[in-house]
Amino acid sequence: MYVAVKGGEAAIANAHALLADRRRGDRSVPGLRLDQIVEQLGLAVDRTMGEGSLYDTELAALALLQARGDLIEAIFLVRAYRTTLPRFGYSQPIDTGAMLIERRISATFKDLPGGQLLGPTFDYTHRLLDASLVGGTVPAPLTRPAEVEAAPRVTDLLGRQGLMEPDGDTDPDAEVGDLTREPLDFPLNRDLRLQALARGDEGFLLALAYSTQRGYGRSHPFVGEIRIGEVDVEFDVPELGFAVNLGRIRVTECQMVNQFKGSAKLAPQFTRGYGLVFGQAERKAMAMSLVDRALRAREFGEDLVAPAQDEEFVIAHCDNVQATGFVEHLKLPHYVDFQAELDMIRRMRAEHEAAELKEAAE
Amino acid sequence: MNAVAQYNFAYLDEQTKRMIRRAILKAIAIPGYQVPFSSREMPMPYGWGTGGVQVTASIIGPDDVLKVIDQGADDTTNAVSIRAFFAKVAQVATTTHTAEATIIQTRHRIPEKKLGAGQILVYQVPIPEPLRFLEPRETETRKMHALEEYGLMHVKLYEDIARHGRIATTYAYPVKVEGRYVMDPSPTPKFDNPKMHMSEALQLFGAGREHRIYAVPPHTQVVSLDFEDHPFAIQHFEQPCALCGAEQVYLDEVILDDQGGHMYVCSDTDNCEERRAAGHVGTLGVAQEAAE
Repeated sequence: MYVAVKGGEAAIANAHALLADRRRGDRSVPGLRLDQIVEQLGLAVDRTMGEGSLYDTELAALALLQARGDLIEAIFLVRAYRTTLPRFGYSQPIDTGAMLIERRISATFKDLPGGQLLGPTFDYTHRLLDASLVGGTVPAPLTRPAEVEAAPRVTDLLGRQGLMEPDGDTDPDAEVGDLTREPLDFPLNRDLRLQALARGDEGFLLALAYSTQRGYGRSHPFVGEIRIGEVDVEFDVPELGFAVNLGRIRVTECQMVNQFKGSAKLAPQFTRGYGLVFGQAERKAMAMSLVDRALRAREFGEDLVAPAQDEEFVIAHCDNVQATGFVEHLKLPHYVDFQAELDMIRRMRAEHEAAELKEAAE
Repeated sequence: MNAVAQYNFAYLDEQTKRMIRRAILKAIAIPGYQVPFSSREMPMPYGWGTGGVQVTASIIGPDDVLKVIDQGADDTTNAVSIRAFFAKVAQVATTTHTAEATIIQTRHRIPEKKLGAGQILVYQVPIPEPLRFLEPRETETRKMHALEEYGLMHVKLYEDIARHGRIATTYAYPVKVEGRYVMDPSPTPKFDNPKMHMSEALQLFGAGREHRIYAVPPHTQVVSLDFEDHPFAIQHFEQPCALCGAEQVYLDEVILDDQGGHMYVCSDTDNCEERRAAGHVGTLGVAQEAAE
């Protein structure tokens, strides 16, 4: 007997109720508070803020809680909220050279002004599961007086000697694009490319960056510098005539130094790959800088041979909110289209059979 | 963060709506041309109809009556969800009756009942570019449209004939609009293509993930691509709807058991219900009534 597909409304409501139940889990276990997520799952919060393009630790924590820890779902929640917010304007460019540094390393120089600072890194931990974390106490870290020594960016140090290409030749008064307000129009300028990469999926960019290291668009990279810390965000208020400090945000910056480029007229110089991400997100910033450099292939007249060098391929597919939507939409009903295909394949099979019968008869 | 988030009428802020309406006006002025617009993240995933939802949100007013269908049906989960969304954020009246609606948002179907002047059909579009699977690059396809270079599409259709003895495209069948732009009608079955031709209703197409809007204004020619010796033809079903006995409508196949038993019922649920209310009965319709 045919049962009509009725009751969609009740089914949806019930599904939501079940989701809420599963999200909360065993009621005898205390529910998570947002400050617990912000403080103890900070890197998940950072990734949500970065790819969600919204710097707000509490909202990101709420999104993570609501998404049951699914990062892409959390990123989606943040994006859908962000898009409804009004724009007051654009901040001044942040100055990462004036960063309050928590971590700063260079792979190109053993020592340099400002020094190397390991900071809160997993790098030299042994990946042994540590049961003492459960319920254990952690002593407060040692502190030292604030350093006053300036830590200029490695690229600036190289640039002063002319060894590093300048940081783009865009007119400082040129308006920077905004991919959340204007549709992308390929080919893109580097400002829009970097925006797309900054909110691009970490896993996708990581794989592409890895591919360039394995020969698919090799760029001979060195980590000139990675720095993590807080920077001031300043906003120009036209009525006041000067910039007002809105607060500080934590960012991760990676400057990749890549093999030279030069010509008969121009002396050889190292080239740049740039990565900048909200929060502490070193893997993402490094992957971003490798992909940024790979995408500059056309600019440097390099052969376009690898996926990571293909702007349309990389940028059109790096957004995980778009990607997950379109992949997952395949689970929505498609029976109207499938019916059309069924009809066609049945007709074609019938013709095929008839032709075979006819052949057998002859 | 403690304040309850406030949303504008129909969710989108007025500036965004204005931007989308400008894109829609441009699309109407150039029938079949894909207008880039700055698509927003919506509170439902890409692929769930964010393009259509943005178009509807931009044109809907408090007096509108909205109908939402998915696969022709008003009661599929996503149609229910989108209808509930607009009932919530725009407090508009909703209906399942095609004739009563001023705006019909659809995924994959055009209602069987002929649409009239003043009605707007909003399509949810996954891939707006009809040439996309022939040429993946946007920079190339835009050039092809600009130069009206559609040879590749005809070659594709010809290859179908060479390989399968017929044009094997059964849905998202390409059309030419007003003799100029080749357009993707969205993944509607080709059965619905003729309904687009010279329609009295305004047809708007929104592709959210792909950032494109296009339109077919009322009384516009929409011609399915074909060859003289292989003319375009729509699907025909060999039996009528098992519930209402309708012929010349698009049917869904419903599997009844694991022995190959199946029946065909109307894809357009509103049309089917209206016919049954008017006393039309199909071969299994009476049994169905009794079973209820």
